[in-house]
Parts: sequence; C-alpha cells; structure tokens
Amino acid sequence: MTVEEKDRAAAIFKPETGRIVAARMLTETEKFFRVVLDHGGPLGHKPGQFVEVSIFGIGEAPISICSSPTQEDSFEMCVRNVGSVTNAMHQMGAGAEIGLRGPYGNGFDMEAMKGRDVLFVAGGLGMAPARGVIKYVLDKRHDFNIVTILYGAKNPSELLFKEDLEEWQARPDCDFHVTVDRPDDSWKGNTGVITTLFRNISNIDARNAWAVVVGPPVMYKYVILEALSIGIPESRILCSLERRMKCGVGKCGHCQISNVYVCKEGPVFTYSQIKRLREGI
Amino acid sequence: MLPKIIERDDLRAFVEALLADNVVVAPIRKGEKYVFSEVETFDEIALDYNISLLSPKKFFYPQIETVLKFKIGDRPESQAITEASPVIIFGIHPCDIAATWLLDEVFKEDPADPNYLEKRKKAVLIGLNCAQPCDEFSFCRDMGSYNVEEGFDLMLTDLGEKYFVEIGSKLGEEILVEGAHFRDATSGDLKDRQAYQEKKETNFVKRIPYDTKFLPEILEESYDSLVWDAIAKRCFSCGSCNIVCPTCYCFNVTDEVAASAAEGERKRVWDSCQLAEFTEVAGGEVFREERSSRLRHRFFRKGKWLLERYGKLGCVGCGRCDRNCLVKINSVEVYTQLAGEPVQ
Repeated sequence: MTVEEKDRAAAIFKPETGRIVAARMLTETEKFFRVVLDHGGPLGHKPGQFVEVSIFGIGEAPISICSSPTQEDSFEMCVRNVGSVTNAMHQMGAGAEIGLRGPYGNGFDMEAMKGRDVLFVAGGLGMAPARGVIKYVLDKRHDFNIVTILYGAKNPSELLFKEDLEEWQARPDCDFHVTVDRPDDSWKGNTGVITTLFRNISNIDARNAWAVVVGPPVMYKYVILEALSIGIPESRILCSLERRMKCGVGKCGHCQISNVYVCKEGPVFTYSQIKRLREGI
Repeated sequence: MLPKIIERDDLRAFVEALLADNVVVAPIRKGEKYVFSEVETFDEIALDYNISLLSPKKFFYPQIETVLKFKIGDRPESQAITEASPVIIFGIHPCDIAATWLLDEVFKEDPADPNYLEKRKKAVLIGLNCAQPCDEFSFCRDMGSYNVEEGFDLMLTDLGEKYFVEIGSKLGEEILVEGAHFRDATSGDLKDRQAYQEKKETNFVKRIPYDTKFLPEILEESYDSLVWDAIAKRCFSCGSCNIVCPTCYCFNVTDEVAASAAEGERKRVWDSCQLAEFTEVAGGEVFREERSSRLRHRFFRKGKWLLERYGKLGCVGCGRCDRNCLVKINSVEVYTQLAGEPVQ
C-alpha cells in the first residue's frame, strides 16, 4: 500500500478527489455535475447510494448519485442550491476539483428486482436518486419485466432531466407518466399530485412487483398508501429516506431513526421496515 | 492476574514515578467542582473527588478535534489527522469506565474510527473505586455501573491504610513494576476488600422502582406517552445533558479556514440531539421538531436503541445530565414516571 492508500484506509474523514467534467443548470435551482475520479477508476456504487461531497473550507454535504453504475467512466449528481456546500458547487464548472467520500448507504437491491415488474414513483428532487435506478433498469432492460415510471413536480419548470424524460416517453419498453401540481400556459400534460398518476398504471402484476419510491418527506405516506392499495406487498415497497447524513459512516448520530442509522442501514428501506421505524416517514 | 496491595504512604511515590515519565491526568479541584486535568504533582490530585464536570471521555474523544488538514485552491489536497499521544488517566471512577464500553463499541464498528481508537489505545486507565454514591443524583446502582470488573488497566480500592489493586490488563501489570511499591494481596487483604464491598453494597441503593433490564420494554410501551410532553414543557432543549454525558458521542463536522484563506482544518465537534437543527436537512425539514420528541429521542437512545445496536446501555447512571440540568429534569424521575409510579 502506498502512503496515500494507507491514509485512505485509516481515516474515515479523508476524501478522495474528483474532477467535474461537465456541469449545467437543469432548472433555476438544480445543477447537474458529471465527475471523474482522479484515481481513474469507477466510483463502484450501487443505485441509491450517496457520496459526501467535500468543498474544503466550506464543508461536506451528502449528495445522492443520479447515474447508474452501468456508466463506469464517471458518475453524476443533481444538486439543489440550498446550503453552503451546494452553493459553492453551483459556482463550479467543468475542470473544478472536488473532494468525495463514499459511496455510502445500502442502495437498492437490484438483484432482487430481476425478472419482476418495477414501478418507479419519483417526486421533485427525488428524481435524482431515482434516475440512477431507472437508468440501471433501462440499461439492463431484459433483466426486468414491465417498467413503469411516475414522476411529479410542482411545476413544469422544476422538471429535471428533460432529455431523459423525452427518451423514456418515446421508449416502447417503458410506461412513463408525468404530472405537475401547478401547470403553466404551455403545459399540456397531466395536472395534479403524483398519486393521481396511479390510475395510468396498466398490466403490472402488483403482487410480484417492486415499487421504488423517492421524494420529499411529505410524499411517502400518500404514495405508499396507493402502492399498497393496488396490491404491492409492503416488503417490496422501497423508499429512500432523506436525513442529515453528516459523517456517512454511522457515527455522528444526525441521521438516526430509532436504532438505525440511515447512512448505513439505509437510505433505502422497505415499507415493512419503515412502519416499525417511528419517525421514519 | 492476582491482586496487589500498595500502602497508603506509598501511593505518592507510585504516582510520582508515573509523573516522571508520563502525561498524567487526574481529578483536580476547580472552584466547587472537580475536573480531569493534567497534573504535575501528586498533591494536586483530589483523591476524594465525587464526580468530575466532564468525564475523562474528553481525552480520547475531545470536544473539538482536527480530523483533516486541507489546502484550498485549484488542486485541493487533504491529509488525514489521527494524532494520539499516550496519557495515563488516574482516578477514573467505575461509572466513567463503564461509559467507555459503549464508546469503544461505537467507534470500533465498521468502518472503525482511528481518531478515537488511537487515542483510546494510548490511554492507560487507573480506576479509583467509590465507597459511596457521589450525591443524590447518582443512579449507578440501577444502571449496573457502580462496580466494574473490566475496562481498566488498574483499579484501586481505598481500604484505609492501604489500597487494594486489581490488575485489568497486561499494561496494568507493567505499570506496577514501574512503581515497585506493590506486594501480593494476602488472605487478610482479600477479607478487607470483601468487607469494603459489603459496606459498599449497602451504601449504594437502587432508585428506579424496577430492574433496568426492563427499561427497553418500559420505553417501548411509553413511546406515545404524554409524559414526554409533560417533561418537555420545562425542557429548554439547551443540550447541557448531552455535553456532560460520558456516553454521548454525536458530533458535527465543520471547516475552519486559516487567515491566509489557502488552507484550513476540518474539525469534529461534539453535538447535541436536543438542538432542533440536529436533524435539519438542506431543504429545511426538521425531523424532530417537537422538543418532546428530542427529549424522548435522548432517553430512547440511552435506555433502548443503543442497547439494541451495541449491546451496551447508553446510560451509566452518573447523573451528570440531571446535576447540570437548568430546569431540574431528573432521569430517575422520568424512568419512574414512565412506569406509572409516583415520583418520590
């Protein structure tokens, strides 16, 4: 082991570095980043995991990975400008260097979903982690059965990854539906909260399907209720929970819910787990 | 390893031998209270102290600790800092030794935390037994930490003209040689130690009206109890309870930039689950918004969740939280009230 490798193995707070190779605004508040690690290798993540992005002098923030591990040469993040670290990131463009720790968290168990119908339900910024899973499923499309994607945003200008949305819309092998709460004059699509899209779901074998639910805290109860009512078992309703993951390694206590640390045992939990986790949703 | 004896008059020489070659921290008097601090002479040590303001936890898990040094710029660089220097902690009481059991489990859990473990490995623990509880706030008998069989290198018990010395580790045995004032304990010494123990057992009384092995169940049954709201009515959510706790380990991580703005340090700083912003995420959502939910979180961690996760209780009954509470919230009263019993 080189000194640097030893350093990395020994210290949980030591970030590695990566270079932003592409950056662009997706909406007024969300910016997209593609990053290549300086060591040249892949991040080695599972869909649903996150990294701690480190901007020296400002701090660290947990950011979910929005690309699929099937894309090996780089990984991607979608960052909302809401705090000091994310604000600093928004000032950065291609060529800038950032610190990174991770990937952390359990991620989604993609093996378990093989051969089954998969229903994605993403609300708002929840599309960022969901996109990594969706891309994985679409890249390995033959491994999965019927793929349905439901996506809701507050208004059309907040829709993320518009090119991906167009692609999913056009693909015959995935059933994509999108809605906004508050349409503008140009909006021709569905209007209403995300649960209204459930009526568009067709042909899925709910008893054997998996649901992947990612969105703002307020969304979970309503979406889980819909998923349960169409007959998806609670052990196959997967939710990714957002918490303040300060260390990412199950020590700092900020993301604790009952006896679990979301950064380690999560952020992906089944509804059977969540219903026992008080304060979970 | 068989126990030893050191005569009272020889303790000074033993400690002075330790002081000659080592950094020694021990309880010293500070105003009306006691603190663990580095000492240079034997006479500074308050052997009769009851309880220190902060536990000696601060020597392996400091309030503020640099974990990374970094350079800011187009090519950011960083270097992990895991510095640890040897220290002898002299006079640590059984409850504070018991507190290390949990901390060790937490920081050993994968991925292991070298900042804690390196310091812990280099800390020698010389315990000092307690003949009676510190004061009316102690509930160490309930929490099973008033006697400890392990976790120390040496444990001294004051038997009047002599100290009974239990050896808890190979390192402890090596330190004894350094002093060379020790003799093997005789059957008479063992009898004196037994008499001390019998007296001690009567001095320490249980204060919670049930066996604390039922604490997880009592808490489980009380999750939705209005007792939390009743107590939280007077809680300031100030976090003093967390800061003085020997088993609390939650932290925040912050960056400090040097005046040059070209470099800085990342620091780990003790944090408190009683502060509303503890669970706040970037979008502004706070997951334990109610003061009562934060108070409940602390008690659940102490009595149930950490036990389930690490196999060790999160409370040793030292009473520091209660002693330092601005509004006199009292753990024994909380645990009593949760079980539906009248508070004494």
